[in-house]
Amino acid sequence: MTISFLLLAAITITGTAAAMSLKNAVHCILALTLGMVGLAALYLQLGAEFVGLTQILVYVGAVAILAVFAIMMTRSRTSETAAGSDPSRFSGLVTALLLFTVLAVAICTGISSQTLGGTPPEATVHAVGVALMQRFILPLEIIGVLLTAALIGAGMLAIEEKGEGR
Amino acid sequence: MNPLSAYLLLSAMLFSLGLAGALTRRNAILVLIGIELMLNSANLNFIAFWRYSPHPEALTGVMFVIFSIGIAAAEAAVGLSIIVAVYRHFRTTDLDKINYLKG
Repeated sequence: MTISFLLLAAITITGTAAAMSLKNAVHCILALTLGMVGLAALYLQLGAEFVGLTQILVYVGAVAILAVFAIMMTRSRTSETAAGSDPSRFSGLVTALLLFTVLAVAICTGISSQTLGGTPPEATVHAVGVALMQRFILPLEIIGVLLTAALIGAGMLAIEEKGEGR
Repeated sequence: MNPLSAYLLLSAMLFSLGLAGALTRRNAILVLIGIELMLNSANLNFIAFWRYSPHPEALTGVMFVIFSIGIAAAEAAVGLSIIVAVYRHFRTTDLDKINYLKG
C-alpha cells in the first residue's frame, strides 16, 4: 500500500461520500465528478490506462452533464427536505453499515497475505484495440446495438407528447 | 495487508456508500447516482483482480469493465429520461411523493 494509493482512495471516498450526503443536488453531482476522477486515477495506477481514460470520458464528461441537465429540467435542486429521525433513512444507513462490515470481514479473513503480482501487466490501448477487434468482436457489436436502442429509447421517453399540457 | 485487499476494501466502502445513498436519498436522480456508484465499485473489483491475477495478458477484466461502463452509460441515459417523464406526470422527483402503488 503506497502513499499514492492512500491519497487517491481518500479523494475517491471523500468525493463519493459528499455526493451521497450533500443537500443541494448540483453540489452532489460536482462531488461525484471528484470521486470519479479519483477512481479513474486508481485505474491508471493499476495499469488499465484505456479504462481510466474511458472512465473520465464517460462519467466526468457524459453522465455528470446528463445528471445536471436532468436536475435542471426537473427543477429538483432544492426539493430535498431534511428529515431528522426518519425510520426508513435510519434503516437504510444501518443496512449499508452492516453490509460493509460483512464485506470487510470477508476480505480481511478470506485472502491470504502472500505477495502477488510483481510486475504490472501490459494493457496498452493497442492491445485493448486488438482484443476488441478479434476475440471480443461479438460483445462489441451487441453493445453497439444496445447503445443505439438506449439512445432511441431515451429520446422517445423524454420527448414531450402531443396534447400534454404543461 | 496486501494491495489486493486494500483495493477490495476501498471497493466495498464505495459499494456501501452507494447503497446508503440509494436507500436514504429521496431525489430520484441521486438514487440513480447511488446505483452508478455501486456499478463503479464492481468495476474497481474487476480491475484489481485482473491486475493481480496470474494471467493478466488475457485482458478479460479490462474487457468486462469496458462493456460494463457501456451498459452503465445506457442505463443512466434511460433512467434519467424516465425520471424526466415521471416529473412531467407528477411534477416532482421526490420518491416519497410518488406513491400511487402504495398499498
